[in-house]
Amino acid sequence: MSNDDLFEYLLRLGDDRLVLGHRLSEWCGHGPILEEDIALANIALDLIGQATLYLHFAGEVEGKGRNEDALAYFREEVEFRNLKMVELPIGDFAFTIVRQLLFDAFSFLQMQELQKSANSELAGIASKGYKEVRYHLRHSSEWLQRLGDGTEESHDRAQKAVDDLWRYTREMFAADEVEERLHAAGIAPDLRMLEPQWRTMVADVMQRSTLSIPSDVPPLEQDERGRHTEYLGHMLSEMQIVARSHPGAEW
Amino acid sequence: MQQDAPKAVDDAALNARFEARIEAGETIEPKDWMPERYRTQLIRMMSQHAHSEIVGMLPEGNWITRAPSLKRKMSLIAKVQDEAGHGLYIYCGTETLGVDRAELVDQLLTGKAKYSSIFNYPTLSWADMGVIGWFVDGAAIVNQTVLAKASYGPYARAMIRICKEENFHKKQGYEIMATLANGTPAQKAMAQDAVNRWWWPSLMMLGPSDANSPNTAELIKWRVKRKTNDELRQRFIDLTVPQAQAVDLTLPDPDLKYNEETGHWEHGPIDWDEFWAVVKGNGPCNRERLQARRDAHEKGAWVREAAAAYAAKHQPASASNAA
Repeated sequence: MSNDDLFEYLLRLGDDRLVLGHRLSEWCGHGPILEEDIALANIALDLIGQATLYLHFAGEVEGKGRNEDALAYFREEVEFRNLKMVELPIGDFAFTIVRQLLFDAFSFLQMQELQKSANSELAGIASKGYKEVRYHLRHSSEWLQRLGDGTEESHDRAQKAVDDLWRYTREMFAADEVEERLHAAGIAPDLRMLEPQWRTMVADVMQRSTLSIPSDVPPLEQDERGRHTEYLGHMLSEMQIVARSHPGAEW
Repeated sequence: MQQDAPKAVDDAALNARFEARIEAGETIEPKDWMPERYRTQLIRMMSQHAHSEIVGMLPEGNWITRAPSLKRKMSLIAKVQDEAGHGLYIYCGTETLGVDRAELVDQLLTGKAKYSSIFNYPTLSWADMGVIGWFVDGAAIVNQTVLAKASYGPYARAMIRICKEENFHKKQGYEIMATLANGTPAQKAMAQDAVNRWWWPSLMMLGPSDANSPNTAELIKWRVKRKTNDELRQRFIDLTVPQAQAVDLTLPDPDLKYNEETGHWEHGPIDWDEFWAVVKGNGPCNRERLQARRDAHEKGAWVREAAAAYAAKHQPASASNAA
């Protein structure tokens, strides 16, 4: 295990949460009900807070003087290591909730395991995140049940979101050499062990939501970390514009 | 509620007792008798306040996706989230007067209810996030600190809680401005430009001058308001001028001068034509703000219906609450 592996892994953890938190924050002021403006903003805050910790640690591990802001605001899209699923535009409320559920279940299992990581700093960050993600998972599960088992329209929208998002889910468990070396060193969980647990959790919520998991959706090609959709570049150009217009400035 | 039998006689007696309670500085609670006019004035003021919190999420929300550091991004999300919380809290307070939130929201969306005119101005740079905290939350605190002593209990209690958070927002906004003012020349110019654009609208935000404020006398008599708009404005100016001096930013009023005798800062003439034009719907962003609220409401309709349908299926007793 090298520092390069750990740096890469911390970018994955940080970027997933930064990009998803940014997407969620786009709802702020535009939610379907005031209570959800508050809840989604809360979850966005948790995710960006977690991202800040992972990226800060990543900067330390890299040892080139980059802090969390340098990593968030001064990397190009090809240098981001997030899952493609989290960078997709927010869509309608059903799309947002389904994506949250798929990610929350993954993050829940990931954090649960990472708390036992041989890297104590990583374990500490994960343990803080674990407490938050339990609430996120409850929020997305409860909403998915309301949408799936609500009206015909909400059911159809939720099912469409599941169908649209399902092909992005394999990427979460696409273990490459980095993850395997980190697992062997006791630092990262075994993704192959998490996948069946994730499937069980998600299937249970889907069933309670009267929604079905599509069986005939082929997963995407090129689903390794660092490959992106065309959406990320646009998101980053907005996110980074002020910081990049004033290089070296303090905020 | 109250009986309506020999109504006129009862009302006179109740009214006298109500006035006496106000006079004695007592707090009026939801179940207490109150004149209909007191109730409607409070609904108007409180719902206007709640709407302002909700519409006020939009100009600041405009910069969440562009905040220049992760720390700033998080504090801005948290601030806008607090505003949603304030809106919710004041809507609940207003409901104690016998009107429900759906009706109040409808009044906002149809343009029947007003909200603070300040939110009809655009946010054009990151510095606007600082100046809004400093000026707009600063002015709101001046107003709300006094409202925290209002005669209606639920409103007064809401104000106490909200003021604490607004104080934090104001400090945060001022700190953004201080950072920019001490930053690069471009950052300092950005800060000064934001001050120039927001100073006068912020003064107007405290309401029309006393001579043109038809509701003030009645509201003061009932201790709903405790100070006139001009008194509040003076307090805001007196507090803000030294703060601007401390970070070397210039308030855009050539007539601003300190009066040694009164101990107050005197300001130049306010352009009330602009104020009334914005109130009547002709500010730079009136249409966009209302449209954004309508869009969110309409796009969210199927979600609210789903929540209600689900609640009806699973908890028949509380089904009516979900919409």
